[in-house]
Amino acid sequence: MTTINPKKLENSSNEENRHHEDFRLFGLITFLIADGMTFAGFFAAYLTYKAVNPLPDGAIYELELPIPTINTILLLFSSATFHKAGKALLKKNNFESQKWLLITSVLGITFLICQLFEYFNLPFGLTDNLFASTFYALTGFHGLHVTLGTLMILIILWQTRIEGGRISYKNMFPFEAVELYWHFVDGIWVILFIILYLL
Amino acid sequence: MTILIDKKNQVAEKIQPTGFLKYFSFSLDHKVIGIQYLVCGFLFYLVGGTLASAIRIELTSPISDFMPRDVYNQVLTLHGTIMIFLWIVPVVNGAFGNYLIPFYVGARDMAFPRLNAVAFWLIPPSGLMLITSYFIDGAAQAGWTAYPPLSITTPQSGQIVWILSVLLLGGSSIFGGINFIATILKLRRPGLKLMQLPMYCWAMLGTSILVVLSTPVLAGTLILLSFDIVANTGFFNPVLGGNVVVYQHLFWFYSHPAVYIMVLPAFGLVSEILPIHCRKPLFGYKTMVFSIMGIVVLGLVVWAHHMFTSGTPPWMRLFFTIATAFIAVPTGIKFFNWVATMWGGEISINSAMLFSCGFIINFVFGGITGVALAQVPFDIHVHDTYFVVAHFHYIVYGGSVFVIFSSIYHWFPKVTGKLLNEKLGMLHFALTFIGFNLCFAPQHWLGLNGMPRRVAEYDPQFQFVNQISSLGALFMAISTIPFLINIFLSAKNGEKSGDNPWEALTPEWLTSSPPPVENWKGEAPLVTEPYGYGSELTDKDT
Repeated sequence: MTTINPKKLENSSNEENRHHEDFRLFGLITFLIADGMTFAGFFAAYLTYKAVNPLPDGAIYELELPIPTINTILLLFSSATFHKAGKALLKKNNFESQKWLLITSVLGITFLICQLFEYFNLPFGLTDNLFASTFYALTGFHGLHVTLGTLMILIILWQTRIEGGRISYKNMFPFEAVELYWHFVDGIWVILFIILYLL
Repeated sequence: MTILIDKKNQVAEKIQPTGFLKYFSFSLDHKVIGIQYLVCGFLFYLVGGTLASAIRIELTSPISDFMPRDVYNQVLTLHGTIMIFLWIVPVVNGAFGNYLIPFYVGARDMAFPRLNAVAFWLIPPSGLMLITSYFIDGAAQAGWTAYPPLSITTPQSGQIVWILSVLLLGGSSIFGGINFIATILKLRRPGLKLMQLPMYCWAMLGTSILVVLSTPVLAGTLILLSFDIVANTGFFNPVLGGNVVVYQHLFWFYSHPAVYIMVLPAFGLVSEILPIHCRKPLFGYKTMVFSIMGIVVLGLVVWAHHMFTSGTPPWMRLFFTIATAFIAVPTGIKFFNWVATMWGGEISINSAMLFSCGFIINFVFGGITGVALAQVPFDIHVHDTYFVVAHFHYIVYGGSVFVIFSSIYHWFPKVTGKLLNEKLGMLHFALTFIGFNLCFAPQHWLGLNGMPRRVAEYDPQFQFVNQISSLGALFMAISTIPFLINIFLSAKNGEKSGDNPWEALTPEWLTSSPPPVENWKGEAPLVTEPYGYGSELTDKDT
């Protein structure tokens, strides 16, 4: 913002500014902050419950670690593959980019399948006790984000099929937006993993 | 890319209806959206006002005779929710923000016009949904705060509709907030610095930060509450091991900032109106900016002062009392700045100015009772009594709604090119000001003497004071009539105002009234001194 590009200043009528990529990403970041605050509210509720609301005797809240650990690795890995896809797209290599996007979406779907597998194997249901309810609310809300992210990855995968089509190295915004969202969802998972499973 | 979208927009403009019909269309023009927000909000204000009148009629007698008790609960819940989420928040933010901010930053439209239109069109359906829930199975009965376990145990369908509608309105509010932040920070005309913006931009920036940070927490909380109602979970249900105080913390984490979401934009609007009608620069521009940002930061860390009776531990009470008392500092700075702006100015007494002065008087009174309520010993005494009701209405009605009316008188010529009738305007002000104070000032006394809020029946010793209060409410209800007559008559055959009837220097007046679709015929003007009034005078003095 501080350095003024003279070229930009020259033709900076608002009509052109409106489609400048910068502030669409800025808007998305603002939205992600808002979304993050929803999670912050859930985390705050969970931690308060943990601190002040003792569970009834016999309530099971020890969680198995293998599946969520695999899930963490899957998501972190998918962030890296998404990044690879972006680099390939910038090099105008759409096919390469699509390959990485496909891997990313498969990782996302695998994450969701693992999550469902965990749900079916847990010894408690949604209404069993306060811990169970909070657990399902937190992981479910995050899973909803992963589902949306995976769908959006599949959409941009479809849109990169033609070189110079709707998404290309010239118009990276939709791609960057989904990538940012995906990194955000991964980051939230890491926090969730630490708070819910490790603490 | 750019050209493609511009072409699309041109086509869209051709298809879109013109004239009066454009206000009923999915318009992307920020001016049209602003008016849509205002008119829609005002219609809901009439509904909420009717409900308020019903409450005051019920309270003229100590027994529950005008309506059954459960209907009374529904009426007060709908009144609170409609007035907050469908009238004040959309109007002080959405209506004036959308109309003015692009002018102030020198842009042709908001940063995201389509998102802007979506944000508006979420409001009418959710409002209608909320109102019609009354006719189906009874509306929500748990008050606008929807505290569990009350909200879990009262009839559930109305409560669920309430949650859905507040979620939609919260979404609309967040979209609006994102749009305002992006417009103010990213869409400024080249050469226009942040510290040269009119004060309303700063107020909206602060408000939007609060909206983006706090509204999602409310959304999350209401989702958990709906799980409690629908899926039989126990987040907030003590019977199932839940914790009601967690709901209160999460709810007030939004709903205390919500007070600032309602009143900060009003501060900004007053800061625009006063310098113009006093012909003096806004006093202490920088301190105004810092106090807005101070209120934003402090506003996020004072929520638990609503919960002093909820078993909060002593350290928490101490912290929240001190933090709340601190808010009086930036607010006081703003108040003295307004008075100093008026001091020695060439004040023109017109309706806009009268409502602004009314705002300052009422707001100081509400602010003082606010500081009193922040003190734990006093708060425990008057918690959940009419003292709180009086304090709250002094802030949101005496504060925000007075400013909304002031702004309507001030910007009506901008929108229509016609002046409002001053005589009717002053009648409107006199009725509103007298009615408002007659209605709410006695409620302080009622609260101090222990009359609980939200109950249809009360101790007969309070009847006389309640009747005075209801008389005030009658004045307020009547005051709407001259206002509406004024709007319709003046819009039809009012006196022509010219482009700049107030000889103002802020950018929205430097174009024709009503403004063209593209806001300015040519380049947007670069206004670096929006408050440069009376500079000739100072030149002569020195």
